Amino acid sequence: MRVLVIEDDRETAQFLLKALKESGHAADTAGDGDTGLAMARDGNYDVLVVDRMLPKRDGLSIIEDLRKDGAHTPVLILSALGSVDDRVKGLRAGGDDYLTKPYAFSELLARIEALSRRKEPEAQTTRYVVGDLILDRLSHKVTRNGENVPLQAREFRLLEFLMRHAGQVVTRTMLLEHVWDYHFDPQTNVIDVHISRLRSKIDKGFSRPLLHTVRGAGYVVRDGDG
Amino acid sequence: MARTARFGHLLTLRSAPVRLSLAALALLMPAAAIFAIFIGSQVNQLLTEQTLGILRGELSDLRGEFDRGGLGQLAAAVSERSARQGQNLYLLGASGNAALAGNLTERPPATWSAGGIFQFRDIASGLEHTAVGIEIPVQTNVSLIVARTIDDQRAFATHLQRTAFGGVGLLTLIALGFGWWSSRRLSRRVAVVTNTARSIMAGDFNRRIPIGNAGDEFDDLATGLNAMLARIEDLMQSLREVSDNIAHDLKTPLTRLRNRAEAALREQSPAAHRDGLERVIEEADSLIQTFNALLLIARLEAGAVDATRVECNLLDVVNDVAELYQPVADDVGLAIEIAAMQPIPAFVNRQLIGQAVANLIDNAIKYSHGTARAAVGPIVVSVAVIEQGGVEISVADRGPGIPASDRDRATKRFVRLEQSRSRPGTGLGLSLVAAVARLHGGVVRLDDNAPGLRVTLCLPPTMKSTSAAHDLGGTILAGPQTDVAR
Repeated sequence: MRVLVIEDDRETAQFLLKALKESGHAADTAGDGDTGLAMARDGNYDVLVVDRMLPKRDGLSIIEDLRKDGAHTPVLILSALGSVDDRVKGLRAGGDDYLTKPYAFSELLARIEALSRRKEPEAQTTRYVVGDLILDRLSHKVTRNGENVPLQAREFRLLEFLMRHAGQVVTRTMLLEHVWDYHFDPQTNVIDVHISRLRSKIDKGFSRPLLHTVRGAGYVVRDGDG
Repeated sequence: MARTARFGHLLTLRSAPVRLSLAALALLMPAAAIFAIFIGSQVNQLLTEQTLGILRGELSDLRGEFDRGGLGQLAAAVSERSARQGQNLYLLGASGNAALAGNLTERPPATWSAGGIFQFRDIASGLEHTAVGIEIPVQTNVSLIVARTIDDQRAFATHLQRTAFGGVGLLTLIALGFGWWSSRRLSRRVAVVTNTARSIMAGDFNRRIPIGNAGDEFDDLATGLNAMLARIEDLMQSLREVSDNIAHDLKTPLTRLRNRAEAALREQSPAAHRDGLERVIEEADSLIQTFNALLLIARLEAGAVDATRVECNLLDVVNDVAELYQPVADDVGLAIEIAAMQPIPAFVNRQLIGQAVANLIDNAIKYSHGTARAAVGPIVVSVAVIEQGGVEISVADRGPGIPASDRDRATKRFVRLEQSRSRPGTGLGLSLVAAVARLHGGVVRLDDNAPGLRVTLCLPPTMKSTSAAHDLGGTILAGPQTDVAR
């Protein structure tokens, strides 16, 4: 995956560059808005990470210009502004996801990977399969090794989101945003408790666990070892 | 010294009342002077008219004499009347010749015309007099002048004018005095405000402007300013509390963070290193969470959040959040019950209301479990439309509750009542709820759930904006000020 990071703070940019490369992605950085827009136009990137406040050109205007050109490259907005209307403004400008500073790199990585996946047509997929776990989106049925796994509506949506991003780390805030449609930090680890319930339903009694915890990052559904 | 500082400007034109008084004087004095002059001339004219009336009567008498007895009888009558002691003057004479009869020794000057005023010198006393007279022709070359001295009348008018001017002068003095007195009085009252402001600026924040019992504008001003000062002091007090609490509640985790980093450094094995670093990140995350909560509250309180309201069903919001927390409650053996039946549509910021309800349920769970009570009752979440049209969302627990005396403090930032200091959390939960309520024009109420605590989020009725912009799945309202209830 090719990522362009448009960020004016050199240290942050270098940290992201290094960390993205270590995670197996190709990454470039741009230090100001004009350079960033030019690189985004020519570079054929899979995902753009755009800081909101940049010298020469505001992050949101980069996104607006790109969208006017007809470019659909997924954009993750980074911002120190984190209130509800800032997020709405960012998404309205054409951003696909919004992350507030300070953030954990694992959160950023998980979101970038989820965004790159977004380009693939998702709506047509009716079945998600991970190992012997099958989720049918039409009949709302989940089976493990051919056995029916009864799930409540919310548990179904939780598993659906995890399986759509199978193999990718999904963070707690991403789950809260996409499964519950809330954008706040729950003070207690409510998500963990939901996950452990889900895990007890799909993994209990099976020797190969499919739902793994990634410490300091989130969860991943994967056929294989954590 | 202080007196000079306080009233020194009264001696100059810098004092607003002094300037006002002087401006009023400058306008009124010429008007009063013109009025006095006008009175004098009016009186003069009136008296002259009167005199002329008398003279006309005299003339008509004398004409009667002439008609009856000719020039001779007229001359006799003139002589007889001239001899009387009085103010009337007569002169019967042929033009260019000496007088035939009369006590006026010479003709009035050539400039004089009948009915006008002239000056003459009394031969006997040598004094100059002013008179008014009329002349009529008696027969060819003979005319009769009847005149009357108007010195008294003149003196009266002059006296009147002088009196009027004196009055004006006196009025000026009184006005100046009053102006000085009232400006001194005004300045003194303003100085009280100024001095209070100065001593408050110097650090005496408890000072207030004394309020008199006149109930005038100054008292209104003082009341208004005092209310403002009280509000400012309140804000400063809470700011002080916040900084004190930040010092405590942020320094503690910062110290922990540092300790963990140091401990990780001392570890030898890579696994222990990694473990230590992960714990450092966990601690940092919780700090970030605290900062985020603080920032959000600050924004909500500043009203900086452009309230992104959407049409939503509060019952759904409450159900969603309760469902989110149900597993956590289950783990500690608590039930969450929803006491609401029908959908309750509202026009609110769904995210913030959701977060507020989440905080309330989170608190209820945190404080319910681990209490000494053997069987802890369920957490009851209710949503209801109240009589006035507003909505109340309440979360009630059977935990230890909050003593009545502490309930006001509980919604303040960072306030964690003594018994809860050791529990996890940012200490910002309830204050965030309060900030969300305020942003929606509502309040948060804490009640005794006997036993336990019931926190109620009271929202006023909301009116949907007609010019709302469509946005991500909802309608956006300009701001919280569009609330109906206030």
